[in-house]
Amino acid sequence: MSIAVYFSSLSFLKLLKNMPGGVAQGLIWGLMALGVYITFRLLDVADLTVDGSFTTGGACTVMLILAGWPAWAALLVAVIAGVAAGFCTGMLHTKLGIPAILAGILTQFSLYSINLHIMGMAANKAVSVDKYDLVLSSRTVPSAILTGFIIALALVSFFYWYFGTEQGSALRATGSNPSMSRAQGIDVNAMKVLGLSISNGIVALSGGLMAQYQGFADINMGRGAIVIGLAAVIIGEVVGRALLGKHLNFYGTLSFTVIGGILYYAVVVVVLWLKLNSNDLKLFTAIIVAVFLSVPYLRDQSKSSFARLKKKGGSTNA
Amino acid sequence: MLKLEHLYKTFNPGTINEKIALSDLSLHLKPGDFVTVIGGNGAGKSTMLNAIAGVWAVDKGRIILDGEDITALPEHKRAKLIGRVFQDPMMGTAPNMQLEENLALALRRGQRRGLSWGVTKAEREIYRERLKSLNLGLEDRMTVKVGLLSGGQRQALTLLMAALQKPKLLLLDEHTAALDPSTAAKVLELSDKIVQENQLTAMMITHNMSDAIRHGNRLIMMNEGSIILDISGEEKKKLTKQMLMEKFAQVAGAQVDSDQVLLSK
Repeated sequence: MSIAVYFSSLSFLKLLKNMPGGVAQGLIWGLMALGVYITFRLLDVADLTVDGSFTTGGACTVMLILAGWPAWAALLVAVIAGVAAGFCTGMLHTKLGIPAILAGILTQFSLYSINLHIMGMAANKAVSVDKYDLVLSSRTVPSAILTGFIIALALVSFFYWYFGTEQGSALRATGSNPSMSRAQGIDVNAMKVLGLSISNGIVALSGGLMAQYQGFADINMGRGAIVIGLAAVIIGEVVGRALLGKHLNFYGTLSFTVIGGILYYAVVVVVLWLKLNSNDLKLFTAIIVAVFLSVPYLRDQSKSSFARLKKKGGSTNA
Repeated sequence: MLKLEHLYKTFNPGTINEKIALSDLSLHLKPGDFVTVIGGNGAGKSTMLNAIAGVWAVDKGRIILDGEDITALPEHKRAKLIGRVFQDPMMGTAPNMQLEENLALALRRGQRRGLSWGVTKAEREIYRERLKSLNLGLEDRMTVKVGLLSGGQRQALTLLMAALQKPKLLLLDEHTAALDPSTAAKVLELSDKIVQENQLTAMMITHNMSDAIRHGNRLIMMNEGSIILDISGEEKKKLTKQMLMEKFAQVAGAQVDSDQVLLSK
C-alpha cells in the first residue's frame, strides 16, 4: 500500500465522528487520574492498587445494577469498595512495613481474585442500557460527556475544598515532608492510609462509570490504569503550565488533570484513526509517560552534569 | 519542666554495629532553662534530643515533660508539647507548600485537624507580623512555595513555626551548623530572641564552644551517652573556653586529646 493510498483511505469525517466518544472516555479516565494525582503528586506514593480497584468499581457497579439497584447507589457501593482497597494497601504499608509500591501490587494482585468473585466467576458481565437506567452510556455520547463533565466539576471542586482544609493540608504536608509533619503533630501513617483510601475510592467511581459507559465490566478493564492515570496527570501538568504558567493554581492543576485524561484519549483516537495497531497503544503510552517523567531530570542534567563537563572540557564555567 | 530519668538506648543491639548511644542519662530542667549542649561526635547529644522528641522509643528510663509521662507517646503526639528545629534546613518545612500554609500547619500543632479552612484571614495577619519581625522580607512572600527559600530563610521560618504554638520545650539540634557564618549568627540571635520573648524552656546542641558559652543559662557536656558536666547560673556566666577545656580534661581524663579536636573553637 503506497503512502498516497494510505492517506486517501483516512477520512477526516471519521475522525470527527470518533472524537466525541474519545472525549467521553477521556473524561472518565480523567476522573481516575484525579485519584492518581492524590497519591502520586500529593502523597508522593506511586500506588499500583488502582489497576485492581478500577475493575472493582466496574464489577460492583454492574453486578448491583443487574441485581436491581439504582445506578447511583451501585456507584456509591463501588466507591466504598475502592476505599476499602486503598485502606488495605495503606495498612500493608504503614502497619506491616511493606514498601508502598509493593503493598499496592499485592492488593492489586489479590483484587483480581476478588473481582472475579464479585462478578460471579465470570470474566465479563454485560449491563444493557436498554434494560437498565444507567448514569451514562456510549449509546448517547453527548449526554455522557455532559454527565462526565458535571461529575468532574463536582469532584474537582470537592478536592479543591478538601485539600484546603486543615486535614487536607496535613495530608499534603505528609507527602511534602514526613519528618516535618511528625514534628508538627501530624499522624503521618494515618494520613497515608486516608490518602490511599480517598484515591482508590475515586478510581473505583470512575471504574463504575466506565463499566456503564461501555456497557460491561471486564476483569481486565483496569489493566494499565496506573500508566494511563500517570499519563493524564503529566499531560495535564505540561499543558496547564504551558497555557497558564505562573497563574496555574491548585484548582487549575486539578482541572488540567482531568483535561489531561481527555487529551490522552484524543491522542488515542487519532492513533486508531491513523490505523496504527491498537495493540501497540500500551507501548505508545508507556513511552509518552517515560518521556514526560524524565523531562525534569534531564532539564537538571542539562544545567549541570558530568556529561556536560566532558563536552565542554569543564573550563568554561569553572 | 523536663525530667529525664535514667535513659538507656542501644542501637543495633547484638550486632557488630551495636552502639550504646545513651547510658544512664538523667537531667532535670527548670521552667525557663535554656541549656546549651556540647560534646564530641557520637557523645549522644542528638540521640538525647531525639529520645525526647520521640523519634524512637528508649530502651529504659522515663521522660517526663510538664508533669506528663511521655515515654510511651509516639512522636506526633508529643509534638503538641515540643517545638523542634533540625540541623538540616530542608527538614523543618514542607517545600511544596506555601509559606503561610507551613505556618498554618505549625499553628495547629497538637490540635485536631478537621475540615475547617486550612489558613484563615485572621491568622494571616498574625503571620505577616511575625514574619516582619524576622527582617527577611518574607512578609511579602507569604504565598511563595517554601522550597524556593534559602537555607537560612527556611531555618528562620522553622524557628518561627516551632514557637508559634508556644511549646513546653524547644529543641534546637545544631540548627545553625548547615548555614554560612553570618546567616548562622543571625539565626542564633533570632533563637535567643524567640526563647526570651516567649520565655521558653529550650535545649540547643552546638559544636561551637563560644556559642555554647554565650547563649543560655546552663551548659551541659556529654560524653559516651551521659552528662559529664553541668554548669549553670553565675558559674556559667564566668565560663571561658579555656575553663571549659580544663573542666573537660578533669572529667574526661585521658580522652581530652582526642575530644578536644572535635569541639571546634
